[in-house]
Amino acid sequence: MDGFITSYVWPGAIILAQSLLVMVALLLFIAYILYADRKIWAAVQLRRGPNVVGPWGLFQSFADLLKFVFKEPVIPSGANKAVFLLAPLVAVTLALAAWAVIPFDAGWVIADINVGILFVFAISSLEVYAIIMGGWASNSKYPFLGALRSAAQMVSYEVSIGFVIVAVLLCVGSLNLTDIVMAQADGIGTRMGLPNSLFDWHWFALFPLFIIFFISALAETNRPPFDLPEAESELVAGFMVEYGSTPYMMFMLGEYAAIVLMCALTTILFLGGWLPPLDVWFLNWVPGIVWFVLKACLVFFMFSMVKAFVPRYRYDQLMRLGWKVFLPISLGMLVIVAFVLKLTGTAP
Amino acid sequence: MGLQALFFYLFAFVAVASAFMVIAARNPVHSVLFLILTFFNAAGLFLLTGAEFLAMILLVVYVGAVAVLFLFVVMMLDVDFAEMKSGALEYAPVGALVGIILAAELIIVLAGNAFHPAAAGSGSSPIPALSERSNTQALGDVLYTDYIFFFQIAGMVLLVAMIGAIVLTLRHREHIKRQDINQQVARTPETAIEVVKVKPGQGI
Repeated sequence: MDGFITSYVWPGAIILAQSLLVMVALLLFIAYILYADRKIWAAVQLRRGPNVVGPWGLFQSFADLLKFVFKEPVIPSGANKAVFLLAPLVAVTLALAAWAVIPFDAGWVIADINVGILFVFAISSLEVYAIIMGGWASNSKYPFLGALRSAAQMVSYEVSIGFVIVAVLLCVGSLNLTDIVMAQADGIGTRMGLPNSLFDWHWFALFPLFIIFFISALAETNRPPFDLPEAESELVAGFMVEYGSTPYMMFMLGEYAAIVLMCALTTILFLGGWLPPLDVWFLNWVPGIVWFVLKACLVFFMFSMVKAFVPRYRYDQLMRLGWKVFLPISLGMLVIVAFVLKLTGTAP
Repeated sequence: MGLQALFFYLFAFVAVASAFMVIAARNPVHSVLFLILTFFNAAGLFLLTGAEFLAMILLVVYVGAVAVLFLFVVMMLDVDFAEMKSGALEYAPVGALVGIILAAELIIVLAGNAFHPAAAGSGSSPIPALSERSNTQALGDVLYTDYIFFFQIAGMVLLVAMIGAIVLTLRHREHIKRQDINQQVARTPETAIEVVKVKPGQGI
């Protein structure tokens, strides 16, 4: 019995506590990310944005949460009820599940598995199901069209995301996310005479891939200018037309959790994770988690700026960009990266 | 070990139950969703045996891409399944035959160590510890050294299949307005507009 407690109950409780901690922190972060998104968008359009609930509108997200939760969920009579309610759950569960392997600082990770990047990639490729299920179960034209669009879009952009990840993995030699960050402590910057600086990170060495990854991440999370699955000007709200109250909120939560996940993934793959940008004593003194959050916020700021000033793509342009532009470039870069690593002897 | 056994039974039970539901569900879309659940649990079983790379590839390739297209097609086609189900029992003997052949092949492959001396030798060759060689590295080593030709031939077969599908479906329709992005970007005021001075009282 004693062995049972030490080998199962304690580790289980610790994992549970860690997961809860990450989840609560993440949900709070998402609440303010949503607020920041709306404020940045408003600022670009010379509006005030949310400013009524709490000082400077800081509690707006929580007011929205209460509003959604206390509304009555409406399920269309022709809907496939089980799948209709399952879809938002799938969206939230998958978006939160991927956070299990994200390292926030050296050793600050719930599950330090050796195929971490594949896990994140697999989970983010599953997120398309939430949209397809929701669109189909609504039993209506607009949601179904939105679902079909999103299926084609997310599968297309996963291909180039996959090649970008493979190119990064070639430089690292490991699929573990912690190893990917640690590999960026040494790179081009060190050879230029700036050791442990931001030029060591992959964004500098693999700049075209960084751009492709960023744009594909926008498409993968259905952010504007690639938000065709919910294009409100033509499909009303796409796959979410029939959703209201808590199920709608869960879709939104899942979407933003996926967006923040992509920000964190960009940080890990290209922006050096928790590493400080310059080798100066006061920057090294700042805890790694602060750098991680700052970098993720920077990527998110770029996400919301793109939302604010890029018009939505037409569907054929979206497909053209994915298959005719990004796929050849990322495939070519993969070959070039492999050659350079082999010829310079820097392959791990 | 107890926890692993618990998870094994969980994954195995859900996998078998959802595999049964694939053929038992009335709605074809539900069938595909249950198929996806089966894949998911199979990935869980792979994880338990320590094949984490295979588990993730199963999720990425089959669940993330192939099953999406299945779902896509099944949703688009308006199949009347009540009609199809009515004659389903006629095909039961054929299905059973296919099942028996598959099972026999699986047994032959799994028992193959006893058949072929070379295969039996590789089965008992030392496996390096996980600390010095991860699953992914080991798979890559084998695929890209010993079996490189088979691997490339598999890739060629897929490429040929893909090109064949494109050739079969590609149609160049005449008189259709197409966008040439390069042409559009290359437009300048000189090539696109003409400035005409119009005298008052006269048309162009």
